[in-house]
Amino acid sequence: MTANPSVTIVGAGPAGLAAARAATAAGARVRLIDAEPAPGGQYLRGDALGVQEDGRSAPDLPGEVEHFPDTEVWALEPLSGGGARLHLRTGPADGSAGAGVAAPDDGPRASVDRAVPHHAVRTIDAPVLVLATGAHDRVLPFPGWDLPGVVTAGAAQALAKSQRTAIGNTAVVAGTGPFLLPVARSLHGVGARVAAVLEANAPVSGWLRDPAGTAAGAGKLGELAGHTAALARHRVPYRTRTAVIAAHGDGALEAVTTARLDPDWRPLPGTEHTIAADALCLGFGFTPRLELAIAAGCATTGGFVLVDAAQATSTHGVFAAGEPTGIGGAALAAAEGEVAGTAAARAAGHRVAPPLSALRRVRTGRRFAAALSAAHPVRSGWKEWPKDDTVVCRCEEVPLRDLRAAARSAPGGRAFKLASRAGLGLCQGRICGRNTADLIGLTHDDARRFDRRPIAVPIRLGDLAGDT
Amino acid sequence: MSDRLTVTVDGERTTAVPGQTVAALLIGLGRRSWRTTRGAGRPRGIFCGIGVCFDCLVVVNGESDVRACRRRVADGDEIRVQHGAENPS
Ligand SMILES: Cc1cc2nc3c(=O)[nH]c(=O)nc-3n(C[C@H](O)[C@H](O)[C@H](O)COP(=O)(O)OP(=O)(O)OC[C@H]3O[C@@H](n4cnc5c(N)ncnc54)[C@H](O)[C@@H]3O)c2cc1C
Ligand code: FES
Repeated sequence: MTANPSVTIVGAGPAGLAAARAATAAGARVRLIDAEPAPGGQYLRGDALGVQEDGRSAPDLPGEVEHFPDTEVWALEPLSGGGARLHLRTGPADGSAGAGVAAPDDGPRASVDRAVPHHAVRTIDAPVLVLATGAHDRVLPFPGWDLPGVVTAGAAQALAKSQRTAIGNTAVVAGTGPFLLPVARSLHGVGARVAAVLEANAPVSGWLRDPAGTAAGAGKLGELAGHTAALARHRVPYRTRTAVIAAHGDGALEAVTTARLDPDWRPLPGTEHTIAADALCLGFGFTPRLELAIAAGCATTGGFVLVDAAQATSTHGVFAAGEPTGIGGAALAAAEGEVAGTAAARAAGHRVAPPLSALRRVRTGRRFAAALSAAHPVRSGWKEWPKDDTVVCRCEEVPLRDLRAAARSAPGGRAFKLASRAGLGLCQGRICGRNTADLIGLTHDDARRFDRRPIAVPIRLGDLAGDT
Repeated sequence: MSDRLTVTVDGERTTAVPGQTVAALLIGLGRRSWRTTRGAGRPRGIFCGIGVCFDCLVVVNGESDVRACRRRVADGDEIRVQHGAENPS
């Protein structure tokens, strides 16, 4: 162990930030790595426009934390003694080494205009590692869902929050879960007209089913009540048991077809309506970003990283916090991060006091998360929404018809993937993996193959040459 | 320090704000798609918004496959639509 043992954290959202603070408080030297230019992750995402290099509107970090902004962990290898080796790529997103950096003899125009931050590829060893990589929205396929103008609820939210940009003039927000409400409110805040918010479940009665779990989330419910009141004030229609089952447009979204759903989410014939809209923002809960945890050899359960009460994974020296361990929102992510940061500092050889209050917040937070997810499940009737020619894998443009044919000729995860090409494109199955597994009825083990990715982020070959 | 960046989008000069993503710039200009797929040439724009889906690819300074939702605009950037699979230069 070195004189100043360190903790490395990937992800600077609520979970990673709380881990950084807790580990620093325990005396550990902390390295905090995040792909974004400023810390905050999704929930604490600040306004990025006009912000200086030091990220004025971003949350504060303890001064001792070594922050690696604009840095993607593009691959991870487990270390035999515990923890992992991380391959980092720092610089403007997807620029190759030297891209945009003026060569000395590159003429006056380039040398004046092209000075962008340096770009570097390097490797660091992290014997004690906290993975706090967050999640991305889940979206279900239906005819027209790949038209421009159809986006995730999170995309609309991120554009509104950090770019002051409305994804369209008239938006429909649809899917399931409480996240639809802040998204609709943000859209309104940046000047879009929200034509409707469509919730596929019937949430109010669902929440009441577990009063204890609901009580555990009183703070979050207050936040949601604020969104509901704001939307009511702006006369935004909110409909339950309703979904968008088709999107239409010539080259980009122009209108959506909505339908009432039965309790299993099968569309009820004769209930279709058309709404003119140039933006459709979809969110059916979140899918955890597991690729680094899986590369580190961490065991998973039910699609999430398995952790003990100290947020330790099955891999020695590797901890996980936030959405990868279960979807529960920012407050729970922060509580888990505090526990993970404390436990990681301890694993690095520091004396720590048990984080009792954070452990309590984790317990109540998980209860509330369970109540919410019980009220907002994805129900199987969605499988009737896509038609034979609906593209399910967006990257490789694989329609449902071809998925079914491949499933018949090549059953089992790997053979199926190769036969259908689903999940083999640039996103490596992040968007289509779970939907494909559901549509063709893959077993849990086979479905896991969609989460196993050799690299977390595609990288240019030129950069590989420079990796040390 | 100037608070405006000068860039070109498909050859046309325009201005951007420091911190702005290429996707936000394009949406602000009224663009809804800026890529066609390799297979059927389907139009695509932003989808996940956070660098996960690779739908929003664009060509910046001659380099293809740049995620517009994550790339911040830099002064002098030449941004253009991406057609199908273009080899990184
Ligand atoms: C697009 C989007 C917008 C959202 N907006 C809201 C909102 O406004 N309100 C709300 O209540 N909830 C929102 N959520 C839900 C959100 O998941 C949680 O509320 C909360 O942010 C979770 O905290 P976290 O720390 O677990 O993860 P996150 O906040 O998602 O942080 C994870 C961080 O890890 C980084 N990361 C991941 N992989 C890598 C890698 N390989 N290399 C480097 N860095 C990496 C990411 O850049 C990110 O900053 C949003 C979710 C999404 C997907
Ligand atoms: S919109 Fe998904 S990667 Fe950019």
